[in-house]
Amino acid sequence: MKEASKPFKPDGLASIGTTEPVKGRSLWQDARRRLFHNKAAIGSMIVLGIIVLMAIFAPLLSPWAFDDPDWGYDFPGPPSIELKHWFGTDGNGRDLFVRTLFGARISLLVGVIATSVSLLIGVAYGATAGFIGGRTDNIMMRLVDILYSLPFMFFVILLMVVFGRNIFLIFVALGAVEWLTMARIVRGQALSVKKKEFIEAAHAVGVSNATIITRHIIPNVLGPVIVYMTLTIPQVILTESFLSFLGLGVQEPLTSWGVLISEGAKQMESAPWMLIFPAIFLAVTLFCFNFIGDGLRDALDPKDR
Amino acid sequence: MLLDIQNLTTRFATPEGEVFAVNDVSLQVEAGQCLGVVGESGSGKTQVFMSMMGLLAKNGRAEGTVNFNGRQILGLEAAELNRLRGVEFSMIFQDPMTSLNPYLRISKQMTEVLVEHRGITERDAAAKSIDMLKLVGIPEAEKRFRMYPHEFSGGMRQRAMIAMALICEPKLLIADEPTTALDVTVQAQILELIAGLGRKLNMATVLITHDLGVIAGLSDRVTVMYGGRVVEEASVTDVFHNPQHPYTRGLLESMPRLDTRSDQALHAIPGQPPDLQALPAGCSFAPRCFHAFDRCRQEIPRLRAIGGNRVKACHLEAMV
Amino acid sequence: MSDAAISRSGSGRKPILSVRGLKVYFPIVIGGLIRKTVPLKAVDEVSFDLYPGETLGVVGESGCGKSTLARGILQLLQPTSGSVVWLGDHIEGLPAAGMKKYREDMQIIFQDPLASLNPRMTIGDIIAEPLTVHRPELSSEERKQQVREIMEQVGLLPLMINRYPHEFSGGQCQRIGVARAMILRPKLIVCDEPVSALDVSIQAQIINLIKGLQDSFGLSLIFISHDLSIVRHISHRIMVLYLGNMMEMADKRILYEHPRHPYTRALISAVPLPDPELEKNKKRLVLEGDLPSPLSPPSGCVFRTRCPLAQDICAREKPTMTVVSATHQVACHFWQKS
Repeated sequence: MKEASKPFKPDGLASIGTTEPVKGRSLWQDARRRLFHNKAAIGSMIVLGIIVLMAIFAPLLSPWAFDDPDWGYDFPGPPSIELKHWFGTDGNGRDLFVRTLFGARISLLVGVIATSVSLLIGVAYGATAGFIGGRTDNIMMRLVDILYSLPFMFFVILLMVVFGRNIFLIFVALGAVEWLTMARIVRGQALSVKKKEFIEAAHAVGVSNATIITRHIIPNVLGPVIVYMTLTIPQVILTESFLSFLGLGVQEPLTSWGVLISEGAKQMESAPWMLIFPAIFLAVTLFCFNFIGDGLRDALDPKDR
Repeated sequence: MLLDIQNLTTRFATPEGEVFAVNDVSLQVEAGQCLGVVGESGSGKTQVFMSMMGLLAKNGRAEGTVNFNGRQILGLEAAELNRLRGVEFSMIFQDPMTSLNPYLRISKQMTEVLVEHRGITERDAAAKSIDMLKLVGIPEAEKRFRMYPHEFSGGMRQRAMIAMALICEPKLLIADEPTTALDVTVQAQILELIAGLGRKLNMATVLITHDLGVIAGLSDRVTVMYGGRVVEEASVTDVFHNPQHPYTRGLLESMPRLDTRSDQALHAIPGQPPDLQALPAGCSFAPRCFHAFDRCRQEIPRLRAIGGNRVKACHLEAMV
Repeated sequence: MSDAAISRSGSGRKPILSVRGLKVYFPIVIGGLIRKTVPLKAVDEVSFDLYPGETLGVVGESGCGKSTLARGILQLLQPTSGSVVWLGDHIEGLPAAGMKKYREDMQIIFQDPLASLNPRMTIGDIIAEPLTVHRPELSSEERKQQVREIMEQVGLLPLMINRYPHEFSGGQCQRIGVARAMILRPKLIVCDEPVSALDVSIQAQIINLIKGLQDSFGLSLIFISHDLSIVRHISHRIMVLYLGNMMEMADKRILYEHPRHPYTRALISAVPLPDPELEKNKKRLVLEGDLPSPLSPPSGCVFRTRCPLAQDICAREKPTMTVVSATHQVACHFWQKS
């Protein structure tokens, strides 16, 4: 509000030319503006958007199917522009470009769904523990500590062996691992927000606990949660790749970046393209998510202003 | 003249635009004198001296001349300034904890300066440091000398800070809100200490504060700042008994005070302090001033002498 | 201490708030291997009455328990013992649901104006929150109307109703806090250092605002501050706290002109006066040393470690509040010495 040259009013009210209520600028809007000024984050969002679109429209981009070999080409065959095998073919003669994009579908889906699972459990658990505090908090967080100390990868591997390789099992298993950190972050945030004066003001007014959690605490812990979420997605994608590398990922003929890289690594010397192209996609995606996460953190953290 | 600042202008570049923190400020401190600098947050009172010390934040830029003891010091190399800071002039801050390293004993932090700047032995430095701690009134100085900053109370920490600032016997001590974080009874101790040390060591002091009461008993001259500019400069008696700038007068009248009747209404200054990113075209105080007229809104008033060894920046001829 | 000593005799009025022997202790765990819990006596044996339309000032240095006292009265902290009686009803230790109907009548203004406002809510929603809790029958238009009215009363442009706290200066944020506290027309407002975070030129605005609202609505105020000049300006009666204990309580004029407790005298003499001559010639009673740790307060009188009058008896016996006059009580063995 610039009131410099306006007539002076001694009652502390600033005069202003209009009678319409002034629209405020919320902290979210501020954050969005700062995010849009961050070139790395914007570039990453565009690149990520292109990868997602390519994954969605994969069948339209290439004449080849993801699960049919090209009998008229080498097994594996190097990239060839005239045959439209842009990334070459794999050991079974299947087009690598299409397979990389189908792998993107699975990898991104695993990332998003497993992260959402972790978000749901983590926010509910963490916010409850943080707000109630005291003994309840202590018991709930010690449980998290215990779960943390278990060798989860081992359990996931056992699950896979017992129940067979199932894509939904991967979602659930990864989500179940990642929620622990989310719960810790949310709980820490809730604890610090709980001590703020505006929470005390709400208590003094007589606002119920449920309303305090939904109206005052959750909107104020969302910032770090969103940042952590963008950083969890690449982590999950990486974990899935690792499982796939061990041969515990999705089942043929479905594929993921992890599976493709694993196969590519086996033939690194004779057919390097099988490793290079999926690896580039994976690396670029991870980079993008990390840049977006960084950008969000800068945009949402008011201390950096 | 010990310190002579002329036409100092300090700006900060921020993503939201340029912040005009200090605008064309000139002020002088004579040897042995105590200057009080009064202003609210955002008046530029701290940034004037941060510019002088070369302690501006990275996005800050200062222009003008700062002459210390016959030497131009604004824009000196960092290494060069380092040799002056703490030796020729020192600064103490509101929160002593921010300027003390919590992981080092007081002994280490004090002797370091001496060994580096004076080139004396560790042992001599320790002896001198303990003497200094005694001088600032720290009981059991030998014992406290070996302690960590967190083992000190707020008042003791501020005393230790003062001892560290004075260890090289600077000619000028700049105290930025030295008592704001302290309780009123401890504040009295620290103010007494600063005043006494100034006399004892014949050292000039600059006392930066928002509290007019704090400088009344200590300073010889007072500079009042508003919106990054000096609005009035006069002897302490003139400022308190015959303020000639409407802002100075407004400040005095808006303070509840113990030496008058308590049922008088407070004359609040209306409105808000100026936005340093968009200072008004004329006088920064004009939007809040009861005496403002058209010229005040168009033309920035220059500092001018008004007789009696005092200056003000106001278009009004005189105030009664 | 007798009730008569605390009540203002002769006034014949009924207090709206009676606090007797209020204690708020916090259990603090100390020690590494062998742990033990010691009580931190933040507020110890505080008693007073507050009358309609009256302002009780509470002064003391940091750590004297003045903010804890405010929260103990409003049941934002559970008192350890003692009673808090609001218009005849005991409210100490009431659960949140039981306190709800009293919260309409007693509100609080906080020290940090920005931190006391939820940064994600518009100021219209912030000011309306008490209405949504206590007047759920109002339509959103009626609620908005009331918010606009109160905004105007506290000197905020009603046009700003959809703005967010970070778009306002400190003084304006404090006006928002005052509007939220006032919207239900409470009988008591506890002001916890409401101006100490504000610039000098803004402090007077807020003090005048609070005083003006008190005059128009007959509010009672508990005004907590470390600034003796401000407390003197706004209060009718003043209580001096030190390490959670009452040192002295008296009518304003008596307290500043004839303080009986050595601590009160030191506090008053430590306040710097904005007058060069008075200040230079003043004989200052400078207290030695620092506040003792509240975890291990001195035996007997808690002030004795810094007291210029301290004798053996001060370490043995804790002085009780003694009646000096109808409107003046002091807790000191040697109050007659001064």
